[in-house]
Amino acid sequence: MSNTVLSVRGAGKFFPGVKALEDVDFDLERGEIHALLGENGAGKSTLIKVITGVHPRDAGKVLLEGQEIHPQHPGDAQGLGISTVYQEVNLVPTLSVAENLMLERQTRKFGLISWKKTEADAKAALETLGLDIDVNRPLGSYSVAIQQLVAIARAVALDAKMLILDEPTASLDGEEIQTLFRIMRELRDKGLGIVFVTHFLDQVYAVTDRITVLRNGRLVGTFVTKELAQIDLINHMLGRELAEVSAHRHLDEGSYDGPKRQIQIKNLGKKRVLEPVSLDLNAGEIVGLAGLLGSGRTELSELVFGTQRADSGLVFLDGEPVMLRSPRHAIRSGFGLCPEDRKQDGIVAELSVRENIVLALQGRRGWLRPIPRAEQQKFADDMIKALGIATPDSEKPVGQLSGGNQQKVILARWLVSKPILLILDEPTRGIDVGAHADIIKLIKELCDEGLALLVASSELEEIVAFADRVAVMRDREKVSELVGAEITQDKIIEAIAR
Amino acid sequence: MKINERFYPILATIAVLVLLYGYGIIEHRAFSDTYVLGALLTDNAFLIITAVGMTFVILSGGIDLSVGSMIAFIGVLMAELVAGFGMHPVTAALISLVVGAGFGAFMGVMIAKFDIQPFIITLAGMFFLRGMCFLINLDSVPIDHPFVSAFSGFKVPLPGRGWLTASALLMLATVIGGVIIAHYTRFGRNVYAIGGDRHSAELLGIPVHSTIIRVYTLSGFFSALSGVVFAFYTASAYPLAAVGVELDAIAAVVIGGTLLTGGMGFVLGTFFGGIIMGVIQTLIAFDGSLNSWWTKIMIGALLFGFIVLQRLITRSFSGMRAGTT
Repeated sequence: MSNTVLSVRGAGKFFPGVKALEDVDFDLERGEIHALLGENGAGKSTLIKVITGVHPRDAGKVLLEGQEIHPQHPGDAQGLGISTVYQEVNLVPTLSVAENLMLERQTRKFGLISWKKTEADAKAALETLGLDIDVNRPLGSYSVAIQQLVAIARAVALDAKMLILDEPTASLDGEEIQTLFRIMRELRDKGLGIVFVTHFLDQVYAVTDRITVLRNGRLVGTFVTKELAQIDLINHMLGRELAEVSAHRHLDEGSYDGPKRQIQIKNLGKKRVLEPVSLDLNAGEIVGLAGLLGSGRTELSELVFGTQRADSGLVFLDGEPVMLRSPRHAIRSGFGLCPEDRKQDGIVAELSVRENIVLALQGRRGWLRPIPRAEQQKFADDMIKALGIATPDSEKPVGQLSGGNQQKVILARWLVSKPILLILDEPTRGIDVGAHADIIKLIKELCDEGLALLVASSELEEIVAFADRVAVMRDREKVSELVGAEITQDKIIEAIAR
Repeated sequence: MKINERFYPILATIAVLVLLYGYGIIEHRAFSDTYVLGALLTDNAFLIITAVGMTFVILSGGIDLSVGSMIAFIGVLMAELVAGFGMHPVTAALISLVVGAGFGAFMGVMIAKFDIQPFIITLAGMFFLRGMCFLINLDSVPIDHPFVSAFSGFKVPLPGRGWLTASALLMLATVIGGVIIAHYTRFGRNVYAIGGDRHSAELLGIPVHSTIIRVYTLSGFFSALSGVVFAFYTASAYPLAAVGVELDAIAAVVIGGTLLTGGMGFVLGTFFGGIIMGVIQTLIAFDGSLNSWWTKIMIGALLFGFIVLQRLITRSFSGMRAGTT
């Protein structure tokens, strides 16, 4: 028998208008831990979903031990020996640990479950992972780390041939991660093939044997971990050899000379989410937030906007502390956020362009003072013209517009409410090239009008192109701040890798 | 050893029952007699049988509002079969059980296959069955048959002055059956899993749809059985019988310690919950000076208490999808 557990050949997956995965090859050997890396939208999760049968593949082959397989759903794949453990533990918190391990596999005597035997089996399964806990207590009463290990125990106990760990370490602390790594190594030594998806590069180097990097749905390459320097890995992930345009926007370009509003972020942090970060944002200035996925970019935006409540630090506006207990407070203080997940957190798809545009302004005024219809119409028409939103009229539901135009609607929403600070999280994700340039241009114009802008992006060219200052994030910490001429892709990558 | 947090709600239920019963014994000498116990078991038999079925529904994360109407409908159907068609009551009862389980299965299919809120489907079932009662019969009719008289006359003496009736025995058998199904079959455990986290249950390979269909079939069956017991016990059928019993059953389940959002609870708890409601009623009847609506006030207060208790327990859980902040 060959040593390859799983081999994917030329896998492709197309969604309307997007090639999520194109001609990807992937091999998993017996007894190896194989990292699958890439930025958001690189195709990691699509590849996993194709392997586990969540999505049917549109092209290519998936071979398990040399046999082509066509799993229809995750249960199918599990039956074939492909077990997956997700970041979000997919077990039942209200059931006991033993039950979670043994669901649908309980030992039965005369058609009735024998609890003694079932619990003994569960205990034995956990002992193989060196875990000694009371299996009778509800799963939910244990920490997420233990729950994750229980999920792995279940996966392994199901005669797994290979194990996919999808971001298993995201909610674990240092010691828990070490336990997980020990177990991963033990399972590897027993001959299991493990796919390890993560965005923590130090973990990749700590535990994996090989690395496969995806970018924009395509395979960049498979490398032996020991032979790949971290800086090369980051280059592969961010693909900076692709576009080397450095149209830098210099400070003197900024033509804004109105009142200098100042926003100071002082030691803003939250346990397990973000180490305390300090950052100054000034009117008429664009501050870029660079870093890999999971470095704390989004988390910082959310803390400043009050979506998550910080447990340390404060934000000052012109020297006065700002209450940031909820987005409502942030909006009242003149902050705006264009979230990363536009569909989920940004637009209200069923409402019209006009209604979406006046939403934040209405929220700020309070529901007791409705905005007159004529005024709403004027706001909407002005914005559609100013931002070049491609829509037949202001009454079209936003859900029917393209991604780029949806993003413009969200921008318009904040613009009519005249914010002091606008936070843009991945403003150009999933937007086609034409609209991409429009959005960048808009960002620059907004800045010239005296807004303070905080823009998080994983596209370095973009950040280099418009930022006056760049805060580089790594491992939920701000590691460096670059100003003016220091802002180059090389410098940013260096800061991330250091 | 630390007490397993799964047992907190049922321990609270038992504590409440002991307190109420103890209070009864101290205040009223007659309360210590087995006569009261026998009457409690008999009078609440039909409610507890229904509540056992409801326990499965609530454990699965659903709700069944049709059970009260089902009891009335089965009564009217039995009366029609026995009086109109001259059937033996046992045959009529068997047909009724099949009809009840069948209607439950129908609602289950609607809920599972079309992914509709159980509240809506069973609300429709509630109206439908109540209406069907009047289609068959507009008035209260007696069910006259030697077997029915024998059923209501059947007594197993208890030590002391009390006795167990056939209704009480059937109810106790139902509770035991419910405990076995809930705790010793894969179906039972799957119900808990679905109620705990449906999405995870699906990923764990549990047949979610067929389990949900079986849950409502079971509830239909138990409420039909309750209808049969009710008809035998009262020896009559009335289209407006058992109005609001679905809410009493839900209350019994919750006071019995089952999590209203599903996934946690015990069939035995439901039995205690039903008995608690009976004890409250009996206490107020014994007192004599209190309006019988005090029963509702007490039950309402207990419900508040239990719901808060459950919330406190589940809030300590990590990884609960529902209600996480």
